[in-house]
Amino acid sequence: MLVQEFLEKSAARLPEKVCLVCDGRRWRYAEVDACANRLAHALRDAGLERGDRVVVFLPNSVEAVVGIFATLKAGGTFVVVNPTTKERKLAYILDNCRASALLCSGRQQELAATLLSEVPSLRTVVLTGKEESVHRSPAMLSYDRIQEEWPAEPCAPVQIDLDLACLIYTSGSTGEPKGVMCDHGNVDFAAASIISYLKNVEDDVVIGLLPLSFDYGLYQLLMTFRFGGTLVLEKGFVYPAAVLERMQQERVTGLPGVPTIFAVLVKMDMTPYDLSSLRYISNTAAALPPSHITELRRRFPGVAIYSMYGLTETKRALYLPPDQVDRRPGSVGIAIPGTEVWLEDDEGNRLGPGQIGELVIRGRHVMRGYWGDEAATARRYRPGPLPGERVCYSGDLFRMDEEGYYYFVARRDDIIKSRGEKVAPKEVENVLYALEGVVQAAVIGIPDPVLGQAVKAFVVVDGRTLSEREVLAHCRANLEDYMVPRQIEFCRELPKTDSGKIKKSALR
Amino acid sequence: MEYIAASIRDYIARNILFSGEAYPHPDDASFLDLGIVDSMNVLELVGFVENHFGIEVGDTDIVPENFDSVSKLAAFVARKRRQA
Repeated sequence: MLVQEFLEKSAARLPEKVCLVCDGRRWRYAEVDACANRLAHALRDAGLERGDRVVVFLPNSVEAVVGIFATLKAGGTFVVVNPTTKERKLAYILDNCRASALLCSGRQQELAATLLSEVPSLRTVVLTGKEESVHRSPAMLSYDRIQEEWPAEPCAPVQIDLDLACLIYTSGSTGEPKGVMCDHGNVDFAAASIISYLKNVEDDVVIGLLPLSFDYGLYQLLMTFRFGGTLVLEKGFVYPAAVLERMQQERVTGLPGVPTIFAVLVKMDMTPYDLSSLRYISNTAAALPPSHITELRRRFPGVAIYSMYGLTETKRALYLPPDQVDRRPGSVGIAIPGTEVWLEDDEGNRLGPGQIGELVIRGRHVMRGYWGDEAATARRYRPGPLPGERVCYSGDLFRMDEEGYYYFVARRDDIIKSRGEKVAPKEVENVLYALEGVVQAAVIGIPDPVLGQAVKAFVVVDGRTLSEREVLAHCRANLEDYMVPRQIEFCRELPKTDSGKIKKSALR
Repeated sequence: MEYIAASIRDYIARNILFSGEAYPHPDDASFLDLGIVDSMNVLELVGFVENHFGIEVGDTDIVPENFDSVSKLAAFVARKRRQA
């Protein structure tokens, strides 16, 4: 199945069913499909060609959902970018994937105009919202106008399952993000596998609290449409009480979350809310502490809890069947249906129970590689057992118990995981180095009971006085929210190794 | 109420936007829409209004109606102070 068919098939079968609850409105399958068709026609008319990248730079909203499916229907490849991304990185991503179109809010038309002049490949901008476009440039289109003027005729597909459905940008240890290439076959396979172990049914109502720019958030949309369910799409987990209210109101059955969300939930008084509709809770992005699992089991005794592990490069790798969570709360389980995993040591030897090694992943969920980065692709995706196939080296260390259940041990590289989001120290360091007065910078993750890890920056300044506020303001202007350091420590000097590199292992 | 609103604007400008400048948005602009507030900041805002204005904020008070703009938050604080 092509990914746009997740929507099209459900729209054909259940046209009047509510598929999306968002910003106080309810949308039916047929309506969303029609909106996506209209935008697809407009994109094609604007010159979008098969395989062209369309960047969706919006918060969780109906326009983002429509943008994703419209791109696919038009034959393009969608790239959802976190809406808090600042200009420099957004320009980098647009240029890196040579995007030809951008879908963003009308409130950001100044930024869009700048990007049109800076990014050579960018030809078309579609603006959402009511703001009139002051630029009146032919390159800038209005989403609302498109919905009024274009026909909702279906678009015949121009791609096959080997073609790319999307790029999902993920942070790497060099600081610049890389786009993981996902073809239609990858996405369909991964979605079907996850749906099967979550036992999703058409009556499921899933609450989407995570950004669509994050694969975990994106797949809540894709999977729900694929099985014909309803997605309650929230902007984020900003107001916990409002989320619980919504879960009660919409009779939510599925709650996918990350540890920071569960950390807040377990502290709340849930007695005012009727959450009896809840059937499952899922967790990934970071480990759920056994104490939180115990607390969740206590508050939601009949609810299945799924501890999972994955990486953007394969979407998901492991899940713990819920009937194991009491016995093995520290485990993230077994390979997702239809896939396999094993552990290897540094020499490539396969390991047995009790030994610690790198998790290697095999299956049709193993994505195509990193866009435009053959070297990084070759390091991550290496030849597998059969000719012509590739397996994914996760870069994470695990051990397996006697019954074949896996336990996460440590990340191989020094990426910081804060609030379930990846932070590349080098990316933050690069930003710090760009601030006048900073001569040395080192960024590490320090343990934090709520965030998982907190970002801490050590800064050495030249003669002048720099305040913590100035450093934070600079970081805030150049980094996504979750990358901004929680702590800044000024030092005279940073510890070095013999070869003169900053010795992060000596920093706390 | 203007004093309350001014304190809120000042707090957000300094501690959430890390700016030495004045709060740059209209009082009725939605924090969520602007993307300037996340789950961490909201808790910081709760702490700020509790400490600065001497009010108690319950879990069920932490909703967009009370917190999602300078004017909403100022009105919420004023209401709470009248109840105290």
